[in-house]
Amino acid sequence: MARITLDHIRHAYGPNPKSDAAYALREVDHEWADGGAYALLGPSGCGKTTLLNIISGLLQPSHGRILFDGKDVTNLSTQERNIAQVFQFPVIYDTMTVYDNLAFPLRNRGIAEPDVDRRVREMLEIIDLSDWSNRKAQRLTADQKQKISLGRGLVRNDVNAILFDEPLTVIDPHMKWVLRSQLKRFHKQFGFTMVYVTHDQTEALTFADKVVVMYDGEIVQIGTPAELFERPSHTFVGYFIGSPGMNVIPAEIHGSTIKLGAETIALDYAPKLDAGGRIELGIRPEFIRIGREGMPVTVTRIEDIGRRRIVRASLGGQSIAIVVSEDAEVPAEPRVTFDPVALNIYANSWRVGREA
Amino acid sequence: MEKTWNNKAWFLVLPVLLLVAFSAAIPLMTVVNYSVQDTFGNNAFFWAGTDWFDDILHSARFWEALQRNLLFSFIILALEIPLGIFIALNMPKKGIGVPVCLVLMALPLLIPWNVVGTIWQVFGRVDIGLLGHTLAALGIDYNYVRDPLDAWITVVVMDVWHWTSLVVLLCYAGLVSIPDAYYQAAKIDGASRWSVFRYIQLPKMKRVLLIAVLLRFMDSFMIYTEPFVVTGGGPGNSTTFLSIDLVKTAVGQFDLGPAAAMSIVYFLIILLLSWIFYTVMTSSDADN
Amino acid sequence: MLEMRNVAKMVGGEYHIHPTNLALDRGSLNVLLGPTLSGKTSLMRLMAGLDRPTSGSVYFDGADVTGVAVQKRNVAMVYQQFINYPALTVYENIASPMRIAGKDASTIDREVRKAADLLRLTPYLDRTPLNLSGGQQQRTALARALVKNASLVLMDEPLANLDYKLREELREELPKIFAQSGAIFVYATTEPSEALLLGGNTATLSEGRITQFGPTIEVYRRPADLVTAKTFADPPLNFIDVVKSGDSFRYREADSLAVPPHLSGVPDGPVTIAFHPHHLGLTAQTGNAARVKAQTQISEITGSESFVHMHYNGVRWVMLAPGIHDIDPDTEIELFLDTRHLMAFGTDGRAIAAAA
Repeated sequence: MARITLDHIRHAYGPNPKSDAAYALREVDHEWADGGAYALLGPSGCGKTTLLNIISGLLQPSHGRILFDGKDVTNLSTQERNIAQVFQFPVIYDTMTVYDNLAFPLRNRGIAEPDVDRRVREMLEIIDLSDWSNRKAQRLTADQKQKISLGRGLVRNDVNAILFDEPLTVIDPHMKWVLRSQLKRFHKQFGFTMVYVTHDQTEALTFADKVVVMYDGEIVQIGTPAELFERPSHTFVGYFIGSPGMNVIPAEIHGSTIKLGAETIALDYAPKLDAGGRIELGIRPEFIRIGREGMPVTVTRIEDIGRRRIVRASLGGQSIAIVVSEDAEVPAEPRVTFDPVALNIYANSWRVGREA
Repeated sequence: MEKTWNNKAWFLVLPVLLLVAFSAAIPLMTVVNYSVQDTFGNNAFFWAGTDWFDDILHSARFWEALQRNLLFSFIILALEIPLGIFIALNMPKKGIGVPVCLVLMALPLLIPWNVVGTIWQVFGRVDIGLLGHTLAALGIDYNYVRDPLDAWITVVVMDVWHWTSLVVLLCYAGLVSIPDAYYQAAKIDGASRWSVFRYIQLPKMKRVLLIAVLLRFMDSFMIYTEPFVVTGGGPGNSTTFLSIDLVKTAVGQFDLGPAAAMSIVYFLIILLLSWIFYTVMTSSDADN
Repeated sequence: MLEMRNVAKMVGGEYHIHPTNLALDRGSLNVLLGPTLSGKTSLMRLMAGLDRPTSGSVYFDGADVTGVAVQKRNVAMVYQQFINYPALTVYENIASPMRIAGKDASTIDREVRKAADLLRLTPYLDRTPLNLSGGQQQRTALARALVKNASLVLMDEPLANLDYKLREELREELPKIFAQSGAIFVYATTEPSEALLLGGNTATLSEGRITQFGPTIEVYRRPADLVTAKTFADPPLNFIDVVKSGDSFRYREADSLAVPPHLSGVPDGPVTIAFHPHHLGLTAQTGNAARVKAQTQISEITGSESFVHMHYNGVRWVMLAPGIHDIDPDTEIELFLDTRHLMAFGTDGRAIAAAA
C-alpha cells in the first residue's frame, strides 16, 4: 500500500489549452495517506474520472507529477504502477472458473502454484464465494461478479492502491448495502489505500474516511463526512451533500447579527467580510426546528418519505426545506428556529469561518 | 427482447415467403422429382426409384470429388480463420486508419466470383500473367494448367484472397464491441498479449467466429466458379469438386436424374456438416 | 382507467407475469417497485400493448384493447437510456409526435414551448441532444412523452442513468408535471426511496407477481407480507424469528421481548417480527423501547447519521442512528428498539398485524 501524492496536476484533453475552462482538471495538489479510504464525489463532468485515470495510469496528466510513496510514477504504465481496479460493469473472464479468475493475476506474475492456491482459497473465503469456486464465472449474478473483480485486486497483497470506478452502479439496492459494508470491513481489516469514484453521496460518505468533492474540474473540499455535512466550505458542497441539500438563503450581516428579510438571528461571533460580496446563510434541513416558536413560515407541501418527512415551506418569500421525523407534528401556525451551531455564512459562495 | 405482436407483419413478410417458395422450395421439389426418375427428353419420364442414389454412393468419382471438397474446405478454414483473426487484431481501433482499412478489406468482397477467377487466371499465366511470369523468371516451375498441386495452390490462394476479408470484418466487429475496461483490467492483472487474446478477445469473438466459420465452410464447400474459370476442374480431375462434377453431369452429359440425386446428396452433406459445426461450437456455451 | 384482468404472460412454459389484476385511475401516478428481473418491464410492455398477454385482457376506459397494437393505443414511453433523435434539435424532438399526428404549426409551437417551459428546456430548444447533459436529454424525452398527450405514460427507470442530484431534482419535479396532465403514469424503479419520494400509488413486484398495490406510504408502513416488506425497505429491514407466548416474544432460549400493545392480537406460536433500521437506537426514543444486545460488525457514517451493521444472536441487523457513532467492530452494544413500529408476519409470510 502506498501514500499517493498528486503534485500540481492539471489535465486537458485537447492540445494547447488556452483558458482554465479548457482543463478537465484544473489543479490538484494533494497528498493522500497510506491506507486511507478516499471517495471522489461530484456530478458528471466534474473531472473525477479524469483524476482516477491519472492515478491508474490510463491518462498522462498534461502538467504535474504523481508519486506513490514518494516515487515518481507519472511515466509508468498501469501495469508498472501495481494497482488494482474495480470497474462500473463487472469485468470477469467469462470462460474461466471463479477460482481461475482469482488465480489469473497471480499466475501472470509467475507465483508458484501452492502459493496461488493458498491465496485464492483465502480470498474465496473473504469474498464469500468458496462454494462457487469451480463454477464458470459467466453464470454469476452482478454482485458476485463484482466481488470477483474486487477479489482479483485483493488477491495480490502487494498492490499500491485499489481504485473503484462507480462499482455499485449495476447492483440492486439490497445488495448494495451488503457489498458496501463488506468493502468497508475489508478496508478495516487490511488497510488498503482505496480511491472510490462515485456520484452517489451515500456511497461516498459511508465508504470514505475522506471525501473529495469535485466540481467543474476542481476539488472544492476534502473532508470527513461530518465536516462536509456540518461545515461545507462551498455552497456547492452544501447542495451536493445531503438530501435535500443545504438551504442557502440570501442574507445581510451586521456585526454579529444576520438579517434575513425582516428577521434577525444573532451569532456568537462577528464574521469578517469584505465589502460588496454576495452574502448567504446556509442551514441544513436537519437543523431547522419546526414548532410554535421562532420565525413564521408558510408550509407549501409535506412529503412523507417513510422514515422522515420533508416540509417544504416559505420563509419570507424564500423556499426552504425542513426535515422532521416520521412521528413529529407540524403545528397549524408553524414557526422555525435555526440551530445556531449549524449556521454557516457564505461570501461569494465560499464559507467564511469564525477565525477568518 | 420479445417480439412485438402485430398481424400486419405477416403481410410484410408475405412477398419474401412467396419469393422463397418460387426460388427455393419449388426448384427443390423439382430436383427431388428428377432424382427418382429417368428421362430422355420429350418429357418422357421413367420411374427410377433410388437407383441414381445407389449409383452415386457407389461411384468412385463422387467420393473422390467429396474428398477434394472436404480437403479444400479444411484448408480454407485453416488458413482464412487464423489469418482473418490475425488481421482483425492488427487493424487500428480508431482514427483515420479505420475507414481506410475497412474499405481495403471490403474491396475483394465486392468483386464477382467469375471476375476473381478471370483475374487470377490471367495473373497466373506463365506467358502473359505477372505472377506466372515472375515465378517462371525466378526459376520456379509453376503451371496451374499442368501441375495439380499448382492448380490447387492457385485456387486456394484465390479463395483466401477473395474471402479472408469477410472473416476480418466479422472479427473486427466482435473486437470493437469489447469495452475498454476489459483491456484495462487485463493490464492491471498483468496479462500477457496471448492471455488477452485467449481469455478476452477470443471469448468475445466467439459468436462472430461461429458465423464466419459457418459461412466460409458453406461457401468453400460449394466452390464452383473459380476452379471452373481457372482450371476447369483440371488438370485431370484434380480440381473437380462436387459442384463441378454436378454441372458436368447435368449440363455436359444431360444426365438430369443422376445430377438431381447428386444435388440432393450434396445438399444433405452441407446441411449435416453445418449442423455439426454449429452444435460443436455452441455446445461449449452450455457446459458448466 | 387502465384495467388488467387476469393478465398473464408465459414465455417458454414459465410465467414471466403471473395472473395479475390491476386497475389504474386516470391522473394517477403508479410506481412499480421491485428488483431487477421482478417483471416491471414485462408488465409495462403488456400495459403498452408491446406484448400480447398469454391469457387475460387489458381494458382501457372500459374497452377491451387486448389485441390492439401499440401504435393505436396512444401510449408514450420513456426509457432508462436517453432516447432522442440525435439529428433533430430539442425543439424538433419535442415536436416530433405532433408532426406525426399532423397537428398544425401554431399548435405545435404552443405545445412545444409549454412543455419546454415546464421542463426548463427553453434555453436549449435550438441545440441537438448530444450537446446536452444527461439530465437535459432525459427531460427532452420526457417533454416528448408529455406533448404526445398520451393517455398512458410508461417510464422504465427513467432516472437510473442520471447523477444522484439530478435525479433528486427531477424526482421532485415529476409529480408536479404529472399532476397537470390527466394521463395514467406508470413509473418503474428498483429503489424504495424513489417510490417514497414520488408518492402516488405503489405496486411491489417480486418474481413476476404483484405482491401489494396501494397508496405508496400505506404499502411502506403496512406491507401485506414479508416479500413486500423486504422489497420496500432501504436500508434493508431487520428480521427476527421468535415464538410468541402470552405477552412475550421469545427468541430461542436467548432473549425475550415484551409484546407491544398493537401486536397483542397475534396468536401464540412462531412469528417473524420485522422493523426498520431507524427504529433501533442507541438511546430510548420512547418509553416503549425494548433493550437488546448485539455485536457490532462495521459502522458507516454519512456525516449526519450512522449505519451500524451488527449481529443479533447471529442474525444480521442494521441500525440507522442520527449523529456520528463510529463503533469498533466486534463490540457488544446495548440498543433500544422502538416496539411501536414492530411488524409481525406469520409462518406463511402474511402480515398478522401491521405496525401502528
